[in-house]
Amino acid sequence: MAQIEQQTTVAAKPDERIRQVGFLTHMMRRPELGAVAGLVMVVVFFFFAADPSMFSLSGLMTILAPASQLGILAIAASLLMIGGEFDLSIGSMVAFTGLIFGALLTNFGQPLWISIVFTLMLAAVMGAVNGQIVIRTRLPSFIVTLAFLFILRGLTLVGLKWATGGSTQLRGIEDVVGDGLLRQVFSGVAFQPLFNWLAEHDLIEKFDNGVPKVAGVPVSVLWFVGITGAATWMLLRTRVGNWIFAAGGDPVAARNSGVPVDRVKTGLFALTACAAALVAIITVLDAGSTDARRGFQKEFEAIIAAVIGGSLLTGGYGSAIGAFFGAIIFGLVSIGLTYTQFDSDWFQVFLGSMLLLAVLFNNFIRRKVTGER
Amino acid sequence: MADGKTAMSTPVIEVNNVVKHYGSVIALSGVSMKVSQGEVLCLLGDNGAGKSTLIKTLSGVVRPTSGDFLVEGKPVAFNSPRDALDAGIATVYQDLAMIPLMSITRNFFMGREPLKGIPPFRHIDFKHCNAVTHEEMRKIGIDIRDPNQAVGTLSGGERQCVAIARAVYFGAKVLILDEPTSALGVAQTSMVLKYIHQVQQKGLGVIFITHNVRHAYAVGSRFTVLNRGKTLGTCAKGEISIDELQNMMAGGKELQTLSDELGGTI
Repeated sequence: MAQIEQQTTVAAKPDERIRQVGFLTHMMRRPELGAVAGLVMVVVFFFFAADPSMFSLSGLMTILAPASQLGILAIAASLLMIGGEFDLSIGSMVAFTGLIFGALLTNFGQPLWISIVFTLMLAAVMGAVNGQIVIRTRLPSFIVTLAFLFILRGLTLVGLKWATGGSTQLRGIEDVVGDGLLRQVFSGVAFQPLFNWLAEHDLIEKFDNGVPKVAGVPVSVLWFVGITGAATWMLLRTRVGNWIFAAGGDPVAARNSGVPVDRVKTGLFALTACAAALVAIITVLDAGSTDARRGFQKEFEAIIAAVIGGSLLTGGYGSAIGAFFGAIIFGLVSIGLTYTQFDSDWFQVFLGSMLLLAVLFNNFIRRKVTGER
Repeated sequence: MADGKTAMSTPVIEVNNVVKHYGSVIALSGVSMKVSQGEVLCLLGDNGAGKSTLIKTLSGVVRPTSGDFLVEGKPVAFNSPRDALDAGIATVYQDLAMIPLMSITRNFFMGREPLKGIPPFRHIDFKHCNAVTHEEMRKIGIDIRDPNQAVGTLSGGERQCVAIARAVYFGAKVLILDEPTSALGVAQTSMVLKYIHQVQQKGLGVIFITHNVRHAYAVGSRFTVLNRGKTLGTCAKGEISIDELQNMMAGGKELQTLSDELGGTI
């Protein structure tokens, strides 16, 4: 009898608890909350600790350019994480697709558009292969893509030496590309006329000869913002978005409900590889060269940005906007430290602490959302 | 009961002599059962009796090695759970019905999201989805404040009810419930049993798998008992007492002896 009474109270309890935390849960349901809070904290910190020039227009662009390149990777990594998988090979994929892109332009003398299309297609196929291996073998994607981290990095070295006749850097891309419209989509800065106009009217800083200190917004920033918007819309509003959450949340339940889990995951792997290829194309065109260390450790930075952005390592939860803020936090901290009295060697300490805090916070949020005890 | 008799005329699902082998293991060695509209067939059996394999066969997860499988009188062969769903057979699994981190609405419409807009801007009609979810939850007496709250915030019983409501909403003719009450407390169990009764009144066929005779007896119209991969027998509710059912399920004597020893508490 005592047992029965106990059961009844246990059964009745959750109801009251849900009512109580209902409002709180509502506030905290947004996965990006942690990233926004983190961003505020970091900005406040640098506002007091850093030289004011950090928050000037040129200072912000210096931060946003690397943040946006990382951000493109972080958003893809975050989608894949929500879908329940990892890709540790994105950094190496940046280097490898950079090599392919550079070699197509220089060694094979292909026009820019063919090089871009082929590079993206090859990346998609390689991503899909990654995905198929994970799905068919049922091995953790952590291990499969860790293997690809080394395979692709090694192939890049081998390929670079072959393409250049022994060097680990492929140069001369600047000379063969020319200056067409397509190039402006992937490299340089945008809104130049606007910035010139602003400088003329003394609205932004300029050099003594009247040239604005900031020539425009780096195109990578526009890509970053655009991809964030598209990914957010896809996740929250479309059927594919629902399937991504489902595939990561519980693949068996998703499959039982008719969600094509394997196709969703394969697609996500392909998308992640394409994001790496896009970053490779942007950086190779900007630098006019590519080398073996491109994208080094970017896989970890992207995953860290995604986690800071509120994505759970176990899948099924997260957001693209969170990854957006995660990448900006990353940029702020890595560049921002040079504006402070702190030695920039503190960067990694700062980053690790940030990651730990974010994971603890995410865990707490997940318990709130799911009512886990 | 009356349900049991009228049900005889049009079985929605009928299986005859179904056999399933997994390699050298014989999981089912000739099981027969049928369920009609508006009746609750309870599938009883101890662990290893073949209940899970039978459900997997009915829901399209595995294909039977041999035997007849008829849906509304026509022979069928399902290749995937999707085929079974399309034929109106919906299965609600004990733990695997819902994704806790996703909202009730997203779970409710998972795999069948209604779309609006023109490609490539087609998107889920969330206004409609939320309204439907809210209304369907209200119908079964779960007052949710916000259909966007995560399923994880619902109790186990509520989750089962949402999963059943989803199947009913999407036009299931037969519901297969895989031990829906086995992990629940008393209050939640009665909530689920009440809802099963409600679904039956709507004219759906229900296959209720359980090893709890009391739960079965509370809502069942007929009882089919499985033992060691075979059908031991089928009885209508009026024909058998709860104790007889319990004995039949446990293979008789031993349990009776044990029950006597423990003072009749099993």
